[in-house]
Amino acid sequence: MKYKHNISSEISTSYVVTSKKLTLIAALGVTIGLAIFVFMNSMMKGFDRISTEAIFKTVSHIRLYKDDETSMPLPLSEKENTARLIVNPKIVPENNVLVNPESLIKLLKAQDNVTVVSPQTNVSVFYNSGKSQISGLSSGINVEEADRMFNIKSTMVEGELNDLKNVQNGILLGVGIATKMNVKTGDNISIISSKNVVKVMKVVGLFRTNNSNTDKSKSYINTSVAQQLLLQSSTYITDINVNVKDFDNAKLYADKFSRITGYKAEDWKAANETLMAASRMRKIIITVISTSILFVAGFGIYNILNMTISQKINDIAILKAMGFRGHDVIRIFVQQALVIGMIGSVMGLALATILVNVLKHVYIGGDIGYFPIRFEPSIYLSGFIFGFIITFFAGYIPARKAANVDPVSIFRK
Amino acid sequence: MMEKQPVLQTKGITKYFHDPVKFQALNDISIDAYKGEFLTIMGKSGCGKSTLLYLLSTMDTDYEGEITIDSVNVTGMKQNQLAGIRNEKIGFVFQFHYLLPEFSCLKNVMIPALRLGNYSRQEIEARAFNKLEILGLKDQALKPASKLSGGQQQRVAIARALINDPKLIMGDEPTGNLDSKNTQIVFDIFKQLTVEFGQTIIAVTHDTDFAKASDRTIEMLDGKILSHGR
Ligand SMILES: Nc1ncnc2c1ncn2[C@@H]1O[C@H](COP(=O)(O)OP(=O)(O)O)[C@@H](O)[C@H]1O
Ligand SMILES: [Mg+2]
Repeated sequence: MKYKHNISSEISTSYVVTSKKLTLIAALGVTIGLAIFVFMNSMMKGFDRISTEAIFKTVSHIRLYKDDETSMPLPLSEKENTARLIVNPKIVPENNVLVNPESLIKLLKAQDNVTVVSPQTNVSVFYNSGKSQISGLSSGINVEEADRMFNIKSTMVEGELNDLKNVQNGILLGVGIATKMNVKTGDNISIISSKNVVKVMKVVGLFRTNNSNTDKSKSYINTSVAQQLLLQSSTYITDINVNVKDFDNAKLYADKFSRITGYKAEDWKAANETLMAASRMRKIIITVISTSILFVAGFGIYNILNMTISQKINDIAILKAMGFRGHDVIRIFVQQALVIGMIGSVMGLALATILVNVLKHVYIGGDIGYFPIRFEPSIYLSGFIFGFIITFFAGYIPARKAANVDPVSIFRK
Repeated sequence: MMEKQPVLQTKGITKYFHDPVKFQALNDISIDAYKGEFLTIMGKSGCGKSTLLYLLSTMDTDYEGEITIDSVNVTGMKQNQLAGIRNEKIGFVFQFHYLLPEFSCLKNVMIPALRLGNYSRQEIEARAFNKLEILGLKDQALKPASKLSGGQQQRVAIARALINDPKLIMGDEPTGNLDSKNTQIVFDIFKQLTVEFGQTIIAVTHDTDFAKASDRTIEMLDGKILSHGR
């Protein structure tokens, strides 16, 4: 019968115990590295979250609309001796209307993972009150579906959303417009559309999205009013907004919707390219910085192991002489690295939690309010795993060197 | 009389060093060591004794010729296999003790047995105590190895070499750092191991009295065998 005594592990433990100070210093490197890694990535996630939340107050995951078409150049004639007609490509003058919106909506609602489908009719308008005139965009909506999609109720600062349903000529104004025109809930304003239709509207409420551009130009009205402003029938719909379960994959669904409907389907990322580019940039910078810091912590461990190995070279030689195999020696030093890594990781995750909790209660103000950071389990997990991998290699590389020590060269000295 | 049973055999061992210049350290060495034999190797400094011992111990594998240990040809074996053979069949004693200073004497002695895993931890501990007792160190067992005198440390190293009851015990000037009293103790232990337990000792020495008192002395000169002794 063979017993398995883990003597490598005992030797490793004795090395950790006899060099407590060095162990602690290397562990502190991991602590700081991991804390900053978790902290910075949690912060980034928070920023991304509030920025998408802000986007989704006015933009749906996917928008289906009829894109402008550009005329194709005429095909060249095959016949000889014919004059060639050259025409510059131009936008084909057609209505930006979706044909048969009811069946489109039905089709979209039947798709997998679709949560909300909300048709919209957008009208470019001027808001008039006395002498002031502001240009903007009014969205004709179905109140219930639009609320489910954009959570309009949560952005209301005055009035009742439901009043829009009950008051045919009701209008919901962005707070920016209301301030400029000095109107409040219950007042009347007139709006004039691009088709020169003028309507007097009753302000039923004000909303604030915290996107000042939106707040200064956007309003919600009933779909039928929008259609009247455009002198169109009740089937006239310019956009169908769709929300899906996982908005990160909106592009996949958008491509699919485009295929099955024949209209242009644009996902929110494509619609907000600038914001997305900024977010990508932020992600690259934070990832590079936070992983470099973890790597530096890895170098700390690597250094300490190299030091231990050169100090214990006699031990390694005699152990090999007595029959320790390469992997027995590797185990001694990899375990030492992992112990340092574990101590550092536990302290690092604790420190990160403290940092997150402190920052969570810092008030920034403006559109943001409190610092948008919170406990992100997935980042803790990835930081821990990433730290573990770095620690492992910081131990494994010197350990492999130790395993290849030729004992004879040590005994000859 | 009992028939002589070879435990270790070499056939035509030749060894070159290449650095800094090509140099033949061993030239056509063919020797035998028998079960229960106390064999010593003598020769001038630099004649290749240590080099030979490192080959016999399987730690150095860069040579021409063949080495057979306990009827197994070890030439060309993989490092892991050789490590297994060293762990089980060979014990080493060097001029320096090479004990692990953080561990107690007892733990130091236990290490090769824990690696081998033929016995439970309790049994290994009992056996280690026993070896230390044989070497007159029972009351030092729990002290850290670094707290002992040079002679005591060397005896702990011998106890460690004996823990797995190896067929072969090799020593490279094992008494080189010891005074005459300790040298005598080590000699008596070696003698006892060969006589009572049939273990084989191969020891390099500069001590003529030590060599004379052994069973046989191989003499070397410039990488060659001068005499196989008796
Ligand atoms: N690693 C090495 N590289 C080159 N020459 C070596 C090496 N090790 C030993 N030698 C040479 O081999 C010869 C034998 O050395 P060694 O076996 O140590 O002699 P000794 O009989 O004193 O133990 C010496 O001349 C020594 O200089
Ligand atoms: Mg020598």
